Amino acid sequence: MILPKTSEITDKNPQVVSGENINLQLNISSSPHIRHSETVPSIMLWVIGALVPSMIASVLIFGFRALFLTTLSAITAVAVEALICKMMKRASTIGDFSALITGILLAFNLSPSLPWWMVVLGSAFSIAVAKMAFGGLGSNFINPALAGRAFLMACYPAEMTSWVAPKLGTISGINGITSATPLANIKSAMANGTFQALDFQDAIINLFSGNIGGCIGETSAIALLIGAVILLYKHIIGFTIPVSFIGTVFLLFWLFNGSGQVFTSGAIIVPFYHILSGGLFLGAFFMATDMVTSPITRKGKLIFGLGCGLLTFTIRKFGGYPEGVSYSILIMNLFVPHIERYTRPKIYGEVKKRD
Amino acid sequence: MIKENLKRGIFSENPIFVLLLGLCPSLAVSTSLVNGIGMGLAATFVLTCSNVIISMIKRLIPDKVRIPCYIVVIATFVTIVQLLMKAYLPALDKQLGIFVPLIVVNCIILGRAEAYASKNNVFKSFIDGIAIGLGFTVSLSVLSIIREVLGSNKLFGLKVIPSFNPMAVFILAPGGFFTIALVMMLIRYYSNRKKV
Repeated sequence: MILPKTSEITDKNPQVVSGENINLQLNISSSPHIRHSETVPSIMLWVIGALVPSMIASVLIFGFRALFLTTLSAITAVAVEALICKMMKRASTIGDFSALITGILLAFNLSPSLPWWMVVLGSAFSIAVAKMAFGGLGSNFINPALAGRAFLMACYPAEMTSWVAPKLGTISGINGITSATPLANIKSAMANGTFQALDFQDAIINLFSGNIGGCIGETSAIALLIGAVILLYKHIIGFTIPVSFIGTVFLLFWLFNGSGQVFTSGAIIVPFYHILSGGLFLGAFFMATDMVTSPITRKGKLIFGLGCGLLTFTIRKFGGYPEGVSYSILIMNLFVPHIERYTRPKIYGEVKKRD
Repeated sequence: MIKENLKRGIFSENPIFVLLLGLCPSLAVSTSLVNGIGMGLAATFVLTCSNVIISMIKRLIPDKVRIPCYIVVIATFVTIVQLLMKAYLPALDKQLGIFVPLIVVNCIILGRAEAYASKNNVFKSFIDGIAIGLGFTVSLSVLSIIREVLGSNKLFGLKVIPSFNPMAVFILAPGGFFTIALVMMLIRYYSNRKKV
């Protein structure tokens, strides 16, 4: 068996050296040697695929304006990224589809009644300021889509919090859940002292199907769960962040449900109502798990999820806004560098230093 | 020499966009053009006067306690400005609030005292004070114009762009950071392009 010269073998031109029975491929290259077939574009396409059920659900709930705004937001995001790459004289990065996802996710976080130019503005801000100004994909320290939402929230609070009633009307004659969001309803009911668990029990089914007022992509829990299952199955997201995030919110609202009791049928409705409403499922499965802005280690992910849950609970329960998912994820994004520093795994054989 | 100094103060050594000094008052008061110009002129007055006095007494100040001495001189003029403002421009004084007394610890003024007035003669320090002060005023005005038009769609209380829904974030603190960063980015972009 004659081995070819080292210089003749490159990554691009692997030479196959045939043995008697086996095909032995000898490749000389520097590490890493084992590569996954997944690429950034393929991962991003799977995420887009996972968002399709929610898109369909939102068209059913809010009409085609939801689809129009989402498309507009996605096109703006891609166009702005291409423009900035051109301005900076860099190779265009729109081929990795990450800008497309940012655009879609931003639109999913906006009210379906928002004027179209606000969507364009928010989408341009997400890409230009929150992502490209910090160096593009992989270098942004906060989730660009959520940054765009926070920007619009600070610019146009009135338009951002005006909701439209779902198209299908209310199922089985339940009143109350029409144009206000479910979270605003429960918050005002709790504040006025008119909270009756039974009023909210019937709402659970609407919350699950998504037939409620809210942002474009956040209302339908079942559609979001279908997307989440796809991502979990493909190992694009892990269980740690979503489970710890949603679990923390559930547990805290169960323990502090306002009735002073824990094991009554009324008490158990409050946490279910809270995890199904608002942007919690969208945030926990699609935003908090963003590979760039979440911790790497399992312990870090756990801390990240717990922090998000705690902040969401705090904002919903005590804050001025009815919904706190987006802000809690943004705040925890800022803590990620510190979390990673304190959860750095030990090197094999490392001994604890003695003081 | 005067022309060169002015050019240096406004462009090549612009206190906000090139030296990055005095960012705290710039972020806080550049919410409207009136505030920006008022703050800029007040700081220019203090800067010029303190530069002159410090340049005069630079040989009397012991080296080890020079910073407290500068502060005393600067604080004197800030007090004058504050009392004058309270008497003649009470509305502006109310708008600027705590940021008038805080001129005492403005990095630009202390920086020029330390870096320029304590090493140069009275006339040069006087010109330097005016040049840097104008640079500060011009930059503050640029920031205020951008922020006021985008944030409240007004300039001197008049509506600027018809049927434009102002972006409230620009008169809030984050908008101040965005504006400074964007203006600085443009300046760097064009000055780098000139070099190449």
